[in-house]
Amino acid sequence: MRKTLFLALVGFTLAAGGSVRAADTTDPDAEFKVFRDYFTKRFPNVPLNDFVNGPYSMDEGLRKQWEAKEEFPPYEFAVETGKEMFTTPFANGKTYGDCFPNKGIGIRQTYPYFDDKAGKVITLELALNLCREANGEKPYSYIGDEMASLTAYMAFNSRGKPFDIKVPKDPRALAAFENGKAYFYQRRGQLNFSCASCHVQSPGQRIRTEVLAPALGIVAALPIYRSEWGGMGTTSRRFVTCNSQVRGVPLQPQDDLYRDVEYYLSFMSNGLPISGPGARP
Amino acid sequence: MRKRIFVPLLAALSIAGVNAADSAGTEADFRSALSAAEAANKQAGALKNQWTTTAQTLTAAGQAAAAHDYDQAIALAKLAEALAKASIDQAKEQEEAWKAAVIR
Repeated sequence: MRKTLFLALVGFTLAAGGSVRAADTTDPDAEFKVFRDYFTKRFPNVPLNDFVNGPYSMDEGLRKQWEAKEEFPPYEFAVETGKEMFTTPFANGKTYGDCFPNKGIGIRQTYPYFDDKAGKVITLELALNLCREANGEKPYSYIGDEMASLTAYMAFNSRGKPFDIKVPKDPRALAAFENGKAYFYQRRGQLNFSCASCHVQSPGQRIRTEVLAPALGIVAALPIYRSEWGGMGTTSRRFVTCNSQVRGVPLQPQDDLYRDVEYYLSFMSNGLPISGPGARP
Repeated sequence: MRKRIFVPLLAALSIAGVNAADSAGTEADFRSALSAAEAANKQAGALKNQWTTTAQTLTAAGQAAAAHDYDQAIALAKLAEALAKASIDQAKEQEEAWKAAVIR
């Protein structure tokens, strides 16, 4: 019990860190500019498009290890598996390609989007499961290897395409954007960390052995192979583990709030190239 | 906020100390403490802000009760309640406090 109490106290003391100033209104375009300026001014030597490489844009030694690893990338099998899954017809003869614009090729950069009919944010993972269900198939786990393989293939054939996320002037879309932003900045878990504590206030710094990635472009490399996981991980898995790491009980994968966070971060990455699937320590 | 979180934690600690020095706890005392902790954790769940440590402490409390160590079980249940209340405080505070951290 004493250990638990001690850790609680240490967590709160460590996490009582800085803030950057207040915001009250929702103007995605203005916030996009401020968000980008913050990172480009803080890291003037990092080329804009290199932010999508996360910790490798922050640490030269780590970058060299990554470049060597990219000769035989650990996500390669997932891309191959994903391609096979993507092109194999469902029991009804249709394929994933029938559910997406351009047959699903080179479209990763347009996800998530706000669906005005459904009134909610549609991520690529959700769209893939909606496609499966519409064709009489059972949905995949959002944190499992199948979903990681499918999204790895779709990211791979979209590499280099700039994020193109729209936030329409629909109050529901603006609310989703705002909810995602709030979740990103809200402290949670016993350690009292927000997503921003690591990825806005501390990019480039180490937390234990890891170099923290900047929030700018952070979703471009997803899904990722993580050596720590010994396998592939989806965007959902990344969010779930982020919450767990600060001792917060994660939401259900693809919870409204997780989709809204992905929407917010993807909009903030507009113009940056898709680099997924990625590899991280 | 830190003060609001420390107070219930310290209260749980002192209650645990009183229990140790006082007469032995009973199963009924444990059930009462457990019920209060679970109610607080449920409230944290409604705010989508439960802590993993609350659940772990509740599990440990149950294990201590199963071993008929009710003093320990009661102390852990009270700690779980304090953790759950701290997570509720955190969620309520962060309803507005997050705005101060936004890049502008």
